Amino acid sequence: MPSVTELREIYEEMVTARRYEKRLQEEYLEGKQPAFDISAGPIPGELHLAAGHEASAAGVCQHLRDADTVTAPHRPHHIAISKGVDLNRMTAEIFGRRTGLSKGKGGHMHLFDPDVNFACSGIIAQGCPPAVGAAMAAKKRNTDEVAVAFLGEGAIDQGGFFESLNLASVRNLPVVFVVEDNDWAISMPKERVTDVSNGAQRAEGHDMHGVRVDRDDAVAVYEAAAEAVGRARDGNGPTILEVQVHRRMGHFMGDAEGYRPDEDVEAAEMRDSVERLAADLRKHGVDDDELTAIRDRASARVEEAIEFAKEQPEPDPEEAYEDVFTNPPAGATGGED
Amino acid sequence: MSETPGEPVATERELTMSRAMVEAISSEMAADEEVFVMGEDVADYGGIFDSTQGLLEEFGRDRVMDVPISETGFIGAGVGAAQAGMRPIVELMFADFFGVAMDQIYNNMAKNTYMSGRSVSVPMVLTTAVGGTYNDAAQHSQTLYGTFAHLPGMKVVVPSNAYDAKGLMHNAIRDDDPVVFMFHKRLMGLGWMPAPEGPKTPVPEDDYTIPFGEADVKREGTDATVVTLGLHVHRAMEAADELVDEGIDTEVIDLRTLVPLDAETVLESVRKTGRLVVVDEDYRSYGVTGEIVARAAEDALADLEAVERVAMPDVPIPYARPLEEEVNPGVEDIAAAVRATR
Repeated sequence: MPSVTELREIYEEMVTARRYEKRLQEEYLEGKQPAFDISAGPIPGELHLAAGHEASAAGVCQHLRDADTVTAPHRPHHIAISKGVDLNRMTAEIFGRRTGLSKGKGGHMHLFDPDVNFACSGIIAQGCPPAVGAAMAAKKRNTDEVAVAFLGEGAIDQGGFFESLNLASVRNLPVVFVVEDNDWAISMPKERVTDVSNGAQRAEGHDMHGVRVDRDDAVAVYEAAAEAVGRARDGNGPTILEVQVHRRMGHFMGDAEGYRPDEDVEAAEMRDSVERLAADLRKHGVDDDELTAIRDRASARVEEAIEFAKEQPEPDPEEAYEDVFTNPPAGATGGED
Repeated sequence: MSETPGEPVATERELTMSRAMVEAISSEMAADEEVFVMGEDVADYGGIFDSTQGLLEEFGRDRVMDVPISETGFIGAGVGAAQAGMRPIVELMFADFFGVAMDQIYNNMAKNTYMSGRSVSVPMVLTTAVGGTYNDAAQHSQTLYGTFAHLPGMKVVVPSNAYDAKGLMHNAIRDDDPVVFMFHKRLMGLGWMPAPEGPKTPVPEDDYTIPFGEADVKREGTDATVVTLGLHVHRAMEAADELVDEGIDTEVIDLRTLVPLDAETVLESVRKTGRLVVVDEDYRSYGVTGEIVARAAEDALADLEAVERVAMPDVPIPYARPLEEEVNPGVEDIAAAVRATR
């Protein structure tokens, strides 16, 4: 059971992430009115927001240190926030600015912050093998660092996931696969495309541990993750930890969700992990004034990050040709005219 | 089945490129029980880029199948179903995702006909969305035309407008070989990604085919030849219009298919103009631009006076707007290249 101090931290991360996604949604849609144009506005391109997913990242990352590695998929913001990624530079990246984490080259699906060992892949399940590699490095170096790969429930059908499970298990590596089950792979409900309703069952075939937290509950995630991360840190091998979350904002901004029954949207709304944790905190004697203060602090941090991002310069066009290689070959790359 | 290759029935009806594609698929599915569609989000969603819109309602879930996010599995299953005599249309949501399934694509789909001495054929269509211009960054913006065209055994189709998309799709489904049908997102006529002027065209209601390996001269000219495909056909046409004011008469060729390649139409044009500009949204090195220039050099060297390539430089596609605009060839880049041949 997390301490009250830890509960406060988890709550603050979750409300920060929830607020962040709400504000990004507003910023994203600005400039895309009246007719939605994906390439217009202050944040162009696809935007996959994680409102409803906060409990998994906040509960898991509470057990992680900066030196532990996290890989995230195309829906990475809440995970980055809980891992301690620099929010200002991450936001600048999402706004395509020169001082962003990747100087504007990566964008929201490709966030990298080596200071806290955070990386992304926008391709489904393809963050899993690199997490296994980070765990391999930790083991070879005899550290007690661990690696955590976050993925969606749609990703558990992908070959890159299965191969990672086997490699992690056969080498007894310190890695945790956190499956965020939001019930939907874009428009495809889990029961249509995946053979098991409990993704943690995939562990059985790989002779590894698997556990599912089947409610949107950060405290339950915290407890399950304590065991999974502890097992990895102690050298006792990998775990699949599946967490039931819910999707509040569509697959990406602009997804009208015509395929999704109204009841499913309403049911998701009812499963608010942030409200659930607030209720827990009240039971522990944290009053509404303090909860409000935490929310205000989170909102202020989000506003500061967005303000920061908007003040940053855009990259110069010529910067497009930089950063292809760590050691650029001498002479022309062949690509510049 | 009515068929009027090369001669469309006069029509006033205009369709978006996505509607034209779907119309061809629908017609082929109605005519042949062996044709079916599978891919991620092809059923209820109708394809993220509208490439299968309405097919679920028309044909039901058995023939319009949502599949798991398992590209190796379902693309390979497409190969197997095709070898068993069916005619699957399999969608790879973004061409960029080819990496997770490339073995099925280039080691099985593309090679089984040859490796079997043609005792096996793979009548399959792999549809896939390509292209940038909307800031989706390095893993969701590539065209990869050169990659697919380089590997032998696949026919590679890149329509630039609705009329061509329908005729090429009919041909693709009826073809006994694997066809990679690469549609540019910006051309589909999506409500959320405005298309330029041009891809929405009159489309006959009847079936018709456009044979592979027949480039389309979109605009005749005498001073320079611009060879391109996909989205950049429209950018090249705009550049050509602009150059008219400067007294430069540009011929614009839409390749329409990369495999087979209509080199003869390119050569004829180069023999006339002597100046060749190749425009490609794919990477510059080892790709379409190099191939077209090489064909011209091999077979029309004496006529060549100047050559320019306009393509994506050899960098992964950056996210930020000024960076992507820098690397993705624009109308001005094309016009400047044509001027540079003079």
